[in-house]
Amino acid sequence: MTTTGEQSGARRGGTVRIDRQAARRGAGPAADDALIAALAATAAAAARRTARPPGAAPAPPTVPAATTVLADRPDGTVVRVGSVVAKAHAPGTDAAALAVRVAVAAHPALRGILLAPLPPEPAAEGACGVLEPAAGGGRPVTAWPYGLPVDRHDPAAAPWAEAAVLLARLHNVPPAALPGPLPPMRGPAKAALAVARLRAVPDCAAARTVRRAWRRLPAWARDEAPHPGPAALCHGDLHLGQLVRHPAPDGPWLLIDVDDLGTGPAAWDLARPAMWFAAGLLEPDAWARFLAAYRAAGGPAVPHTGDPWAQLDVPARALAVQTAAIGVAKAAREGRELDEAESELVATCARIAQLE
Amino acid sequence: MLVCPKCHGQMQTYNRSGVQIEQCTNCRGIFLDYGELEALTQLEGKWQQPAPPPAYPAPPMQPGYPQPPAPAWGAPQHYGHGHGHGHGHKHHGHGGFAHMLFSS
Repeated sequence: MTTTGEQSGARRGGTVRIDRQAARRGAGPAADDALIAALAATAAAAARRTARPPGAAPAPPTVPAATTVLADRPDGTVVRVGSVVAKAHAPGTDAAALAVRVAVAAHPALRGILLAPLPPEPAAEGACGVLEPAAGGGRPVTAWPYGLPVDRHDPAAAPWAEAAVLLARLHNVPPAALPGPLPPMRGPAKAALAVARLRAVPDCAAARTVRRAWRRLPAWARDEAPHPGPAALCHGDLHLGQLVRHPAPDGPWLLIDVDDLGTGPAAWDLARPAMWFAAGLLEPDAWARFLAAYRAAGGPAVPHTGDPWAQLDVPARALAVQTAAIGVAKAAREGRELDEAESELVATCARIAQLE
Repeated sequence: MLVCPKCHGQMQTYNRSGVQIEQCTNCRGIFLDYGELEALTQLEGKWQQPAPPPAYPAPPMQPGYPQPPAPAWGAPQHYGHGHGHGHGHKHHGHGGFAHMLFSS
């Protein structure tokens, strides 16, 4: 799930206008106007509840806020209305697992680590609501405060060290103290899903290379067996779109997006930047800063000193395969050649496939 | 101060054996003005003479970290610090990577 600060739709005076070109950066079904309107209504209602605690005086009339589509992808549609964001989770989301994940984000142990959700509608059961079938096909919906995302146009300012510290703190939260039953972190499941999507791609050398690398992974990393080792609370899908400053624009950085949150090997959360570095894409200094900050904050995923790759190797290989698979499938769908970064990842998969 | 045309980092000016070059403090890409590549090529030619090469000032390293270890399957072309050459680099300006940083 990617959340951006892009302005891709605007609603003023009661009508929803969506700029499809801007809203649909990726492939996948575009959210229809009914879904956007329902999410905007959810966000507006959450804003009203937040502004006026039960028993307090009625909130003063507020200026209608513009509705912005922050993300519109197969794995979620996110709409912002003023200071509130509403997310329609992917069709087929396990609603019970999501409710636990949202409850974890609301738990006091996660303050200052994960952005806390806004309270659900009083009528909603559990921690999240459900969209009307007409609008969202019964998809679960959650409401969150708006946070300022990482600036896509200023990669040098990416908060690598802050992200690492947040992960170290997340990984040190004892899962037993949290609402449950806590589902597994979805990292391996998402990697398996990405590789499964390659089936829709016409046979090509790149797809074969990615599959060969996948077959070299242990069963647990392919979501075919339980993972070995201790289970920590993991984010499950760390990338730069998963960090916001709250309160915007200069509050502290927090992790967002609980869809893949759960228990698993903590090293998975470090493995995407580790893989980007190993693939030659991420600057060594950014990776070094990330790793040093994680260690300094007492993160348990890797030893405090020395070579971290004994723990990082398998998840980083899995994420190389996942990212390469997504890139190959996307390029095929768009009828284009692999871009430079995608080619680099397929080359990485080729080296993984040749490992002893 | 110049802004890097690839990653919008800040460019810093270095003097390499009398040739002014601008290097990005972020992605370490190098920008050469008109005539500078030729000047560097001439210098390179001189170094290939039997005479020992003059001291070659490396650009200052960013604060602190040694080259971190990489796995066996890592890309062969990891760029160490202080060895920037006048052609492309593999980091933030990499096609598609800026988008990849923000997606699953």
